[in-house]
Parts: sequence; structure tokens; C-alpha cells
Amino acid sequence: MSTGNNGSMNTSYLAYAGILALAVIQVVVALTRGPSLGRMLILAGIQAYLAVMFFMHLRDEKPTLRIALIPATLFVLVMLNMVWADSFRLIHLRPFAK
Amino acid sequence: MSEANLTMDHGAGVMEERPFAIPSSKLVMWLFIISDACTFGAVLFAYGYIRNSAADWPLVFEAASIWNALLMTFILVTSSLTILLAVRAAQSDDRAATFRWTMITAAGGILFALLHIREWMSLISQGVRLFQNPWGAPMFGATFFSVTGLHMAHVIGGVVALIVVGVGYKTGRYATKHVEIWSLYWHFVDLVWMFVVPLIYLLNMKR
Repeated sequence: MSTGNNGSMNTSYLAYAGILALAVIQVVVALTRGPSLGRMLILAGIQAYLAVMFFMHLRDEKPTLRIALIPATLFVLVMLNMVWADSFRLIHLRPFAK
Repeated sequence: MSEANLTMDHGAGVMEERPFAIPSSKLVMWLFIISDACTFGAVLFAYGYIRNSAADWPLVFEAASIWNALLMTFILVTSSLTILLAVRAAQSDDRAATFRWTMITAAGGILFALLHIREWMSLISQGVRLFQNPWGAPMFGATFFSVTGLHMAHVIGGVVALIVVGVGYKTGRYATKHVEIWSLYWHFVDLVWMFVVPLIYLLNMKR
């Protein structure tokens, strides 16, 4: 069973520090510069990458598992973006396209 | 290979090697996690849709709420580290340490839930309900309580699972792989929170 937990905990401690540092940066940036959706999502994405690869040890699993899990999830999440056009139509009170 | 031989070795000779080299129970947890990621994604997109289409979306979170969310992040991420220590202890067959770290993780989850309930009570006392609030778009409460409530349900479910697995591992009912599998779930709960904080709290803070 490939768990990746048998090695040193050092990478886990580094990932822990990195995730917390990014959380603080996120809040400080939001308070000082205002919350920008793009900036917030990039920082959250890096945090998620650290958690998945170093806490959940997906990095240490076989590449087939990464290929089976990550693209399918990202595909669904990307396809969900099709709702935005309709939400902008609503705020401008435009009728449905004919 | 004769049918008799297949029966004798339970068909192991004709079985393919496991493609992912992990136990099926761990694969099931991974599949649950990606389906749950899509569920949370859909809920967050629904929140985004409603927020984007509302002209008077309220920006309600003051600095105190933001710092509270940061404290909750610290607790949840730290509990992810303690569950890693539980897994490491389980791999060393140290049952007492595994139990101790699992219970510390569960305590972190309980503390997180209590802080979250305090946040909810604060908003409710200010007049926020599912479909009304004193400030603007009436759907604010529905989206806030849906997203954070779904996450809190996962935290509470995880706390129960960690207590059951921690006690079970100590008594010998559960094995190391059970601690590892539930650690994956706990990390996922942590991961979801990393998106809830910026999208729900930071984007809706008072400016």
C-alpha cells in the first residue's frame, strides 16, 4: 500500500507552514488591497495543491491514480463555469436569447 | 488452468494486477472525495450564480469575522497535521499514540464547529434568516448557511468517524488502513475550507 507516510514528516511540516502562510497572505491581501476573486482563487488553488500532494500524499501514489482522479474532477468544475453567462444576463435584466 | 485450480486459488491466477496499487477501500474513499468535491463545487457555483445576479448583495463580514475565519483555518489545518501524526503512529503500530493523535484531531474538529456555530449565532442575532436579512439580497442567508452548513456537516461527520476509528484502532477492531482512509477524508474537509474562506468570507467583507 503506497501511503507515502513512511518517510520523513518534514515535507508535511513544510506543507503545513506553507498552507498557513498562504491563508495569512490571503487575509492580509484582502484587507489591504481588497478581495480580488482571481487572487483569492490562485492562493486557494496553491493551498489545495499542497494539501492534496503532501497531506493526502497523492504525489506518492501511482501516476494512474492521479490521472484517474484529477482530470475528471477538473473537467466537471470547469464545465460548471457555463452558468456565468446566465447570471450576467439576469443582473442586466436581459431577456433570454431568441 | 482448470476450473478446479481457479476455484482453489480464488481466481488469483487470472486476476489482473490492481491498477492503482491501493486497497479497494482507499480507492472508494478517493472516489467519494472527488464526487464530494464536485458537490461542493456545484454548491459554490450556485452561490456565485446567485451573488452575481443580485444587484444588492450585502457585504457583511467585519474584521472580527475575518480573523475568526483565519483562526478556524489555523485549527483545521493543524488538525490535518495531527491526523498525519496519527497515521504515522498507526504505521509504527503505536496504538496509544494513534488514539491520542486521533482524539486531538477530533477535538480540533469540535473546536472548529463551535467557532462556526458562534459565527452563525452572531449572524442570526443580527437578523439573518434563510430568505431574509436586514441588508440586501434575501438569498444571502440561504447561500451562506447552505455552503457553511454543508461543510460543518462534513466536519461533524468526520469527528464522529475519527472517534469511532480511533477507539476501534485502540481496541484492535480497526487496522492501520482505516486510520489512513479517514485521514484522507479529514484532509478533504480541510481542503474545502480553503475555498470557503476566500469565496464566502473574504469576498463578502465590509469595505
